[in-house]
Amino acid sequence: MARIIVITSGKGGVGKTTTAAALAMGLAQRGSRTAVIDFDVGLRNLDLIMGCERRVVYDFVNVINHEANLNQALIRDKRCDNLYVLPASQTRDKDALTKEGVGRVLDELSQGFDFIVCDSPAGIEHGATMAMYYADDAVVVTNPEVSSVRDSDRMLGILASKSRRAEANEEPIREFLLLTRYDAARVDNGEMLSVKDVQDILSLNLLGVIPESKAVLNASNAGVPVILDRESDAGLAYGDAVGRYLGEDLPHRFVNAEKKGFFSRLFGG
Amino acid sequence: MAVNSRSSGGEASPAFELKAAGFTLPIIRLLDGNMEAVAEQLGVKVEQAPDFFRNTPVVIDLTVYPDGAGDVEFPMLVGLLRGYGMIPFGVRGGTKAQNVAAEGMELAILGDAFIRSAKPAGGTANQPVGGGADSGAGGQDPGHGSTINGTLVTRPVRSGQRVYAAGGDLSVIASVSSGAEVMADGNIHCYGPLRGRALAGARGNTEARIFCSDLQAELVSVAGHYRVSENIPADLRGVPVQVYLDQKILRIEKI
Repeated sequence: MARIIVITSGKGGVGKTTTAAALAMGLAQRGSRTAVIDFDVGLRNLDLIMGCERRVVYDFVNVINHEANLNQALIRDKRCDNLYVLPASQTRDKDALTKEGVGRVLDELSQGFDFIVCDSPAGIEHGATMAMYYADDAVVVTNPEVSSVRDSDRMLGILASKSRRAEANEEPIREFLLLTRYDAARVDNGEMLSVKDVQDILSLNLLGVIPESKAVLNASNAGVPVILDRESDAGLAYGDAVGRYLGEDLPHRFVNAEKKGFFSRLFGG
Repeated sequence: MAVNSRSSGGEASPAFELKAAGFTLPIIRLLDGNMEAVAEQLGVKVEQAPDFFRNTPVVIDLTVYPDGAGDVEFPMLVGLLRGYGMIPFGVRGGTKAQNVAAEGMELAILGDAFIRSAKPAGGTANQPVGGGADSGAGGQDPGHGSTINGTLVTRPVRSGQRVYAAGGDLSVIASVSSGAEVMADGNIHCYGPLRGRALAGARGNTEARIFCSDLQAELVSVAGHYRVSENIPADLRGVPVQVYLDQKILRIEKI
């Protein structure tokens, strides 16, 4: 049976799809058979971030509607044999996601995979609730600013009350916090919430802190999950997050601002 | 049965005051869909005390209405009640379909969230007509357990969640996030940071109090007398306080 992980936030533009792509790639690289599903029907993006947009034939909605089978719709990643992408449909809307249909697809995927990563759309409406309904684990992606924190808090409330696990009175969804676009220098200047501020409000298991980085946009543009960029701090931070998810005890890097050395200060580096 | 109307905004207008108030109202608990039987039995009741029912607002309670009894004939029922001088103005405990039908008759839908949790207790009461004072503990999420006379919440109350402890106290041993709402008919105790709204004495109990170890609330209210965050002095924020009513004035005091 696969573990179903939803990447969610409530607020848009905080890095859900980037995170879904990175975590899925990270898990697959560590040898787990992983599928990543785009739940953002009508605004599909995951295929672009994963760099497989030109290979999409069938999509998630086709599978739900029995117009294609899973094997036809799943796209194998060219860089990692363990990773498959199930893209969203761009021409439908989110009503195409039915509880039964999503459940059936996840069930079928569970047979052949270790992890299923669900990339949730923004908002708390139908698409987002469908993405989280069957989840075992939730990664709540949050930016260090008040509106994002509040939306995440709202999403956590929904996770605790409207998921399958909540309805069936099973063990609740495991919730993790992933703080993205973190700028330690701005935190030091008091312009941004710190990890501690966010943790005070959300009090969650901290999966990782992803620093604000140019590498993220570059990776998105190139269709390469940023975790593959071993040169970048964001890529390394995602690597750590994957390790922590799998139970490794790793210190949080990139939480403190880099002290500028004498020479770099002198030469404006 | 109580109806709570609560003001949420802090906008004061000189023309009126928004206040919450609790009312005790008779409820008509429907046990059967047979309107003729209802009419007959109601007639007997009304005859015993005609003055009691004259111009009395009543609520139609559908919590124990049997599933197999068919649709509630609202037009007939409302006509019947009006005929006896009563003023039927709302329903509670109905199914979706019943609520739609009731809305069609311009009846208000009352306190659905509360009714659902009180439903199991409602089955034992068998008085077709009577003043309803249900007690029960309400909480929609796991992690909320009810004790004898109160509700205990052990997990954080997140933004957008509401917890209502009907008929008793509410204890929260986690945080209440901003945008969350905790309500109790009795006292509210909060042992984590209280950042959301807290409304004690929700049915008008002026003796109710709010106790919290870290006050950062958006709004605190006792029996409808409220204060928004803006009007809470800075030296009372982030410290343990109690909130209570003193001669209709809401006091916040360090403890």
